[in-house]
Amino acid sequence: MDISTQHTDAPDPLTRPAPAEPARAVRSTTRPGDRVFLGLSRGSGILLLAIMAAIAVFLAYRAALAIGKDHGNFLTTFEWNTNILPPQFGIAVLAFGTVVSSIVAMALAVPVAVGIALFLTHYAPRRLSGPIAYVIDLLAAVPSIVYGLWGALVLVPNLNGLYGWLDDYFGWTGILSWQGGAPRSLLTVGILLAIMILPIITNVSREVFRQVPRMHEEAALALGATRWEVIRMSVLPFGRSGVISASMLGLGRALGETMAVATVLSPTFDIKASLLDPGGGTFAQNIASKFNEATEFGQDALIASGLVLFVITLLVNGAARMIINRRKEYSGANA
Amino acid sequence: MTTPAATHRRRSTLRGASLPKWFPLAVVAGSVLLAVAIGLGAGLRSKVQWGLIAALLAVAGTYVVAARVEGRRQARDRIATSLIWVCFLLAVVPLASLIWATVKRGAKVLDGYFLSHSMAGVADTQPGGGIYHALLGTLEQVGLATLIAVPVGVLTAIYLVEYGRGRLAKAVTFFVDVMTGIPSIVAGLFVLSFWILVLKMGYSGFAGSLALAILMMPVVVRSTEEMLKLVPNELREASLALGVPKWRTILKVVLPTSIGGIATGVMLAVARITGETAPVLLLVWGTNFINTNPFTDPQASLPLYIYQQYANSSGYGAAYDRAWAAALTLIAFVMILNLVARGIARWKAPKTGR
Repeated sequence: MDISTQHTDAPDPLTRPAPAEPARAVRSTTRPGDRVFLGLSRGSGILLLAIMAAIAVFLAYRAALAIGKDHGNFLTTFEWNTNILPPQFGIAVLAFGTVVSSIVAMALAVPVAVGIALFLTHYAPRRLSGPIAYVIDLLAAVPSIVYGLWGALVLVPNLNGLYGWLDDYFGWTGILSWQGGAPRSLLTVGILLAIMILPIITNVSREVFRQVPRMHEEAALALGATRWEVIRMSVLPFGRSGVISASMLGLGRALGETMAVATVLSPTFDIKASLLDPGGGTFAQNIASKFNEATEFGQDALIASGLVLFVITLLVNGAARMIINRRKEYSGANA
Repeated sequence: MTTPAATHRRRSTLRGASLPKWFPLAVVAGSVLLAVAIGLGAGLRSKVQWGLIAALLAVAGTYVVAARVEGRRQARDRIATSLIWVCFLLAVVPLASLIWATVKRGAKVLDGYFLSHSMAGVADTQPGGGIYHALLGTLEQVGLATLIAVPVGVLTAIYLVEYGRGRLAKAVTFFVDVMTGIPSIVAGLFVLSFWILVLKMGYSGFAGSLALAILMMPVVVRSTEEMLKLVPNELREASLALGVPKWRTILKVVLPTSIGGIATGVMLAVARITGETAPVLLLVWGTNFINTNPFTDPQASLPLYIYQQYANSSGYGAAYDRAWAAALTLIAFVMILNLVARGIARWKAPKTGR
């Protein structure tokens, strides 16, 4: 690719100067076609950066309009009243719900996803692992609104048994007590989110586990290790950073998921002590469910909460990418 | 070379006792039977409890027997194996349930009438109506988004692979990666603040396409980039050595070689944005009527239709059936796109020369 498009007019090869010189000289007089094409392609790259910057700028601008008129504290108010005068709204409940549901999702999804990745790379019969990877990809292709519909109409009614059982045996903790409402709670949201982020964590982890040097595994096997010991001693240590960044990519998805949460959760604007009682909300869900009746000021307030979500996902994804980029060979963007 | 009897004896002396191959199956079957018996006997109604008891019995049984016969390390290995199989089954159950529910409930009202009529004049609780307006809206919005995102995405990928060195390329690579993680609702809010609140444009299909294009671009960039990297350098060098300018080399040699992979990436990206609901909810607004013009006035869209049919019907009824049928249409559309995309990828895979 570094071969420049040189076209020497020199009739005699002996008169040509040293090779480094003409390459530079010729490159500066590239053809117009080349210049246009480079300009176009570089322009597209710059456009992408500009879009990212514009997202931050416009969200911040509209958010500032709203927060300036907020008579509550934007960070600590437990209310979202944008249609009354003076308006009062704050993101405390949303931040709590978003974090809690994402933590539940991560706690459920990461072990299972790592297990599936190990299954695909080390346990599944070779003929099966292709089709199974395809099934996992299908899981990723299902639109989130369909997950939401399934979650609300199939998953929720089927969780009553689990909720009763959790309440019977772990209700004393307070976190897992249940008063018998419909299971449209943050725990259900977490379960649904876990299913939705499973594919991306699985795919990235699988890529990492594939990169484990064969020699490490064979060395362990030669020492008489069982398959599990091979995984524990050579595969997991090698893949740890990859699994961490895969989990963070999954976390980014879970934080921003909208429709599945909006259909499953029955939102209230307070913080419930128990994960099992319906109520709470997340940033994205609140935007989707409050949007239709919002005035222009209400929309600005929702944009303000969206800005917070944007910053959080940016940080999470950025950190995940930094970890991944340290190992250049794989990246989960296609997962 | 050796008789079976001989190998058997040798193995047993070298590797110690090992359990027969059918052992895991036998343990699982045994513990399921025992769990059902316990569940029925103790009057436990929750199937979850039955499953948990069966799982605990299986794990404990495997460990005890294997530890007795094969030793502790082997026993631990067997437990790890069974846990990893459980992980895999855990992932399959929701997918199977989801597809089963959608097909079973969606097939009820999905027919030619449903696909060719809009919801004009049909109340939420009334049966009848269809998704024609929503299909039309989705196709137009996704088509416009593709028209915007594909040129930008492919050109950016060309920049990164063919030209990009230095700080700008690094920044673009990093932010493209970060951009894949932007929540779709944030993309929707951005277009809302910029296109509708600041520029004072109305809700329209095109506003939705802008947000969808933002979500699509990074995906196209990444997949195109991967494909361009697969094009053997020898091809580029051969073309350049013949005196072909670089831009013509890219257009006539590099792109045709990788076109199959690029098409696959684009189709997967289309499949992904087709199901996006949140930005459409904020920007396209939705309507029950047919609006063929994506540039003025609200339009409908398939994912949004599902959400509205679900949200507007408190209770069971015609709207739920319509929501499931629309979901089935959407899933079928997305899955077909996925299948075709993968088919193209296999058919047109670039030969890497090795």
